[in-house]
Amino acid sequence: MSNLKWRLAIIGVLCLASVWALYPRNVKVRQRRADGTFFDTTTYRVPLRKGLDLQGGMHLALEVDDSKGVVTNKSEAIDRALKVVRTRIEGLGVSETVIQKSGNDRILVDIPGIDNRERAIKIAQDQAFLEFQITDKTGAFEKALPRLDGIAREKGFGGAVASAAGATTPSASAPLGGLLTTGTDTTKGAASAKSDSARKDSVKADTATLGAGGPISKLILGGQMPGQFLFERANYDALKLFFESPAAAAALPPGKVVRFGSDSTVIGNKVYRSLYLVDERPIITGEYLTTAKPNQSPLEGTIVEFTLNNEGGRRFQRETAKHVHDYMAIVLDKVVMGAPPVINSAIGTRGQITMGGKDLQAAQDLALVLQAGALPVPLRVAEVRNIGPSLGQDSINKALTAGTIAIVLVVVIMLGYYRFSGMLAVGGLALYVLYTLAVLAGFDAVLTLPGLAGFVLSIGIAVDANVLIFERIREELDRGKTVRTAIDEGFRHAMSAIIDSNVSTILTAMVLYQFGTGPVKGFAVTLIAGIVASMVTSIFVVRTFFLVWLNRSRGAQTLSI
Amino acid sequence: MLRILHDTKYDFIKPWRIAIGITVAFIATGLIFLGVHHGLNRSIEFTGGTLVQAEFAKRPDVGDLRGTIDAAGFRGAEIQQFGSDTSFTIRAAGHQTTGGKVENTATEIQTALEQKYGKANVHIARTEIVGPRVGDELSRNAMIAIVISLGITLLYLAFRFEWRFGVAAVIATAHDLLSTLAFLAIMRLEVSLTVVAALLTVIGYSLNDTIIIFDRVRENLKKARPEPLYDVLNRSINETLPRSILTHVTVAAATLSLLLFAGEVIRPFSWIMLFGIVTGTFSSIYIAGPVLLWIERRWPRTSGGKAGPSAKSTKAAPPRPTSPRTPVGAR
Repeated sequence: MSNLKWRLAIIGVLCLASVWALYPRNVKVRQRRADGTFFDTTTYRVPLRKGLDLQGGMHLALEVDDSKGVVTNKSEAIDRALKVVRTRIEGLGVSETVIQKSGNDRILVDIPGIDNRERAIKIAQDQAFLEFQITDKTGAFEKALPRLDGIAREKGFGGAVASAAGATTPSASAPLGGLLTTGTDTTKGAASAKSDSARKDSVKADTATLGAGGPISKLILGGQMPGQFLFERANYDALKLFFESPAAAAALPPGKVVRFGSDSTVIGNKVYRSLYLVDERPIITGEYLTTAKPNQSPLEGTIVEFTLNNEGGRRFQRETAKHVHDYMAIVLDKVVMGAPPVINSAIGTRGQITMGGKDLQAAQDLALVLQAGALPVPLRVAEVRNIGPSLGQDSINKALTAGTIAIVLVVVIMLGYYRFSGMLAVGGLALYVLYTLAVLAGFDAVLTLPGLAGFVLSIGIAVDANVLIFERIREELDRGKTVRTAIDEGFRHAMSAIIDSNVSTILTAMVLYQFGTGPVKGFAVTLIAGIVASMVTSIFVVRTFFLVWLNRSRGAQTLSI
Repeated sequence: MLRILHDTKYDFIKPWRIAIGITVAFIATGLIFLGVHHGLNRSIEFTGGTLVQAEFAKRPDVGDLRGTIDAAGFRGAEIQQFGSDTSFTIRAAGHQTTGGKVENTATEIQTALEQKYGKANVHIARTEIVGPRVGDELSRNAMIAIVISLGITLLYLAFRFEWRFGVAAVIATAHDLLSTLAFLAIMRLEVSLTVVAALLTVIGYSLNDTIIIFDRVRENLKKARPEPLYDVLNRSINETLPRSILTHVTVAAATLSLLLFAGEVIRPFSWIMLFGIVTGTFSSIYIAGPVLLWIERRWPRTSGGKAGPSAKSTKAAPPRPTSPRTPVGAR
């Protein structure tokens, strides 16, 4: 008797716990305002997490990009990169993002509900390595041009690109320095006359040696400040490829590197982009940066304002003091951002990066990645999945329909075949659904579409244990046992089959969990939760139902089974 | 009480040659299909590539659509209707993009579609881009998962039953794997990760079935009166027949509702599960049983068991224990 009370109490507690686990509640969600600040808000919903395939969103797998150099310890590099990627993605302000390491060399990023694929990829993948480099003022680039021309001729650079350039700009072949006056006349005339004249001297010396101009030198014009050079936008890809080659890098004077600019300039009716020769050693890097925030300035458009920490500030001040009247290129991931400003006097802990024509969101994103820090290794995209929210909702609806129909069919079969006992089994099945969902909510498991399918399937499989037991009870009744003994024996004898078959299925599901990814992991979790819940309901709950029934109809000679 | 196939005395083991003939023929057909189609129809998760699912406002001309995709530089892309006739998947292998970046492929396809049909008339519901290395890794992991799960099962059964049962169950399960792969090849179903999950579910389900029969065999073997294994097997299969039928019916009901109502994404999963019910039942009876007998004949246990599958033993199981059948409480 008291045994029965205990059983009922346990079932009751399990039900209450399940209902509590599933009760809709306020869930904290982090959201982002238009200006890039965050606020916490709450939504009221059932605490079951929907996977990306059900609610829409993006799944991204990033791996170490070793095409640009060997990465010795990938696993350790990924660990460090993971922290940075996490900070950045969480900064997006989307709730329930999942960022985790997979294997030794991969980062998995799940962002629910994001609709802009490129933007998310950019935020996760941008290396965000910030450097401040002083532009060259010794005319080293002009001196290196003949050598570069030689290399370009050897490698057959001239062909396609030179003809393309010829077609668009005959004037591009004008000797270097010839356009200098044009350059200073443009809107960017802010470039100081002092530096202009200073450079003219060095340029004049070079133009003589350049002669008719080689394949490279005929594409390149002098810029508006020392170390800056302009070329037509159409030649960007070819020049970038050329300057990235080791031969070209070797031809440059030691300690100097070429960096391309992010902006384009319009001179006359042509669009030019710029390249810079800068000191290889940065005067400071982004590691000293403490805060970065987007802003809008009436003069420069969108900007990102940043502050450095004390150590960085001291270093920045010391270095800038040495370089007064020089131009400082702000280089992000090897690209010069905006026009390098001139250093008028030593600068302390504050600075800004101009974003050119980019919008405020671009500034927000840059601030985000700068503040999260640079990635220790370059990452490349290994996998992207993007699922629209409407598709996910459609999947949920369909799975619900299928689930409802499956339940109705199973209930009809069980009631039709086992009658009263079938009713007990159906009661067990109802608790099974409740418990499984509660376990999923309790473990914060993610519901995916294959997971939902597995759940629907498990409704069919869940009654298996009941069927085993009921068939066993029938056999015992056939052997002339009394109802009470038959039920006892039926449960006892069916036990080994139920346990062995379920344990082996759980083992398979665990393997699936270990080796699966995303949706398949969700499937394995649902399967395991379902099996455990079905064992509990069939062995314990339905047994209790029988005991209650036996108790209420004492001395029952027959059992409807 | 309503009873189906109660107290049957079929000789399930006897036609083992026919059964094995059927299954070998089926698997061979699958192999031929594999040869003709150059392997399984693997999803981009395994092959690497780009998949774009586009929903159109009205049904586009397929030729037109193909032309648009070809013009965008994705020659040889597979274009398939997906569920409704306004929904299409475009699957491009490799990544021949201008920027050389994997992630640009989907954008290029999207741009091409939006230019052709107008931004308002085409909606990109889903994109998947998978690098080639990911696919190799997945294939390997799927293989490892299957092999490990079979190995663990073998160990568990050897521990709970006996190694002979373990080996027989694993061989029956391996048969299910082969016949399901043959089914995949014949139906040209796309093998995705979800399908691998379904495959493992089939393995679990079939194993479930085999274990329940073996559990009965174990129990019947423990009974005092020695009986040839051949008869024990037959009796055990017959005794568990009502349970098998009922369980298969309920699982089939759930699977059918998935197949019919759960939509296109889950359809391959449902097909495999449906086939898995058939092959699981078949192998538990016609593969696991005869294999157990065969193992028993090659490596007999010290006591009992003499008959092999070819042994023309008693046709039916001996009469059941003499307890009188009391008809109880039919309603």
